[in-house]
Amino acid sequence: MVRKDWLTALAFLAPALVLLFAFTHYPAIQTVIDSFWSTARGRRPAVFVGLANYERMLADPIFLRAMINNAIYGAITIPVSVALALAMALFVQGRILGRGFLRMAFFTPTVLPLIAVANIWLFFYLPGFGLFEQLRGLAGLSPRNWIGNPDTALYAVTAVTVWAQAGFFMIFYLAALQTIPPSLREAAAIEGCSRWTFFRRVTWPLIMPTTLFISVNATINAFRTVDHIFVMTQGGPNNASMLLLYYIYEQGFRFWDTSYASALTVVMVAILAIVGIGQFFLLDRKVHYR
Amino acid sequence: MSAPTTPAARADLDRVLIVAGAWALALVWLLPLAYAVWTAIHPAAFETRFAPLAPLTLENFVRAWNAAPFARYFVNTILLVTMVLTAQLILCSLAAFAFARFEFPGKNTLFALVLVQLMVMPDILLVRNYTTMGSLGLIDTILAIGLPYFASGFAIFLLRQTFKTVPRELDEAARVEGCSWLGLLWRVYVPLARPTILAFGLVSISHHWNNFIWPLIITSSVETRPLTVGLSIFATSDSGTEWSIITAATLITSGPLLIGFLLFQRQFVQSFMRAGIK
Repeated sequence: MVRKDWLTALAFLAPALVLLFAFTHYPAIQTVIDSFWSTARGRRPAVFVGLANYERMLADPIFLRAMINNAIYGAITIPVSVALALAMALFVQGRILGRGFLRMAFFTPTVLPLIAVANIWLFFYLPGFGLFEQLRGLAGLSPRNWIGNPDTALYAVTAVTVWAQAGFFMIFYLAALQTIPPSLREAAAIEGCSRWTFFRRVTWPLIMPTTLFISVNATINAFRTVDHIFVMTQGGPNNASMLLLYYIYEQGFRFWDTSYASALTVVMVAILAIVGIGQFFLLDRKVHYR
Repeated sequence: MSAPTTPAARADLDRVLIVAGAWALALVWLLPLAYAVWTAIHPAAFETRFAPLAPLTLENFVRAWNAAPFARYFVNTILLVTMVLTAQLILCSLAAFAFARFEFPGKNTLFALVLVQLMVMPDILLVRNYTTMGSLGLIDTILAIGLPYFASGFAIFLLRQTFKTVPRELDEAARVEGCSWLGLLWRVYVPLARPTILAFGLVSISHHWNNFIWPLIITSSVETRPLTVGLSIFATSDSGTEWSIITAATLITSGPLLIGFLLFQRQFVQSFMRAGIK
């Protein structure tokens, strides 16, 4: 009986696991192997090159630029998205004028293709022409090329990411806020506890697991969300908005240097693995408030 | 001393500030979309001139629709999301059922391997997956766009959580009645997991409708390109294209999801919530 169950379980699992291994685990491992080989070009087959791809990476100013940019991108998108998501959730959790409308306004960017809204934002930022610029014009400021200027391009795409994902994270906060018993609020009101104190002492600690969950997702997104770069900047000008995943795409599918792209992918996988392991320990150890 | 000193007056002021803040943020959030709609429904001359009485037109939509094979792209995207969701639900229900109801050696290890996909998703393993598709002879097919996503770690995880809440007595009753494992899954577990399935379905549809990089890489013809890739090619290829037409095309691309979202807003938000609760 037990042995038969065993086989049944295997039969249920097999189709999903085969595909999972074929397109997640196998490519992850094979990418590591590929990164130690050179790219086969024409008649020249790939040869083992050891750490050459990684040495090249360390000396590659564009890679370093992409890493720094990605750090800045993450350092802005993660906290700002989390904070805005929380603000949005607090706004629409209770009774408020136009609640349905507000919810819709915050959440809508989430259901739209980032590649499509990137077109809209591109127009928005258009120097001396777009809406953003018209507002600046009204304020008496001179036109500015937000996307064409290396000083602002990264921040222009960062703003789009925050805009696109904050509403999605709001949902998780809304779900978390619903689990806070109303009796707590009533008790706090009787005690004459201010809104801020209630938030700091009750709400914030109770939604800590959600905050961590959202932060982890925002971190993954900081490495994965690059769709709009394709339309808005293509990593430019002068690599000012180059991010790691876009660079992988460029090396792998524009220059067809697959072994270098593999080495870059290994860096990406390593970063995500660290995030994953970190999440495991944080969620398991730090959030035992109950 | 400032004016509102009584607690009631302070609470009122708080209230007003909160409402004002919420509305200001919402308007900022809608601004890009509102702007796109404005541009798309007015002649090009009004792209940046906000005359309230500017003539309305649908011509931008017509011209955008005719300027690129959007009809074909729509068919491709719909085929893609249908195929991905169907495959995900079948494969992942089976796997989740095994994880929720069977005991077998290596179960925890296998489940941990499934969870790895939550972090290291196929979206990132582009180079190697492209090679794999090449050796399978699938490059430039709709199947290739969807295949890496069929076995979704997220779906297996969600469904396993839901299946675990089904009382064991139900299984035993069904087994005594002579119901097969497959019958049990189909007649008892799947109906009970309907809310989770709906939630995952919405997440999956919007994710694959919007997915871009992998489809961009793996497709190279009109017959396979989904909307997102088609739109990006349309918007970047002809430099002469007017903005009003590009924004119209953008709205066409996002239209069905946007309309679906507005119609089923409550279900959508609740589904996302449910999918997010772990």
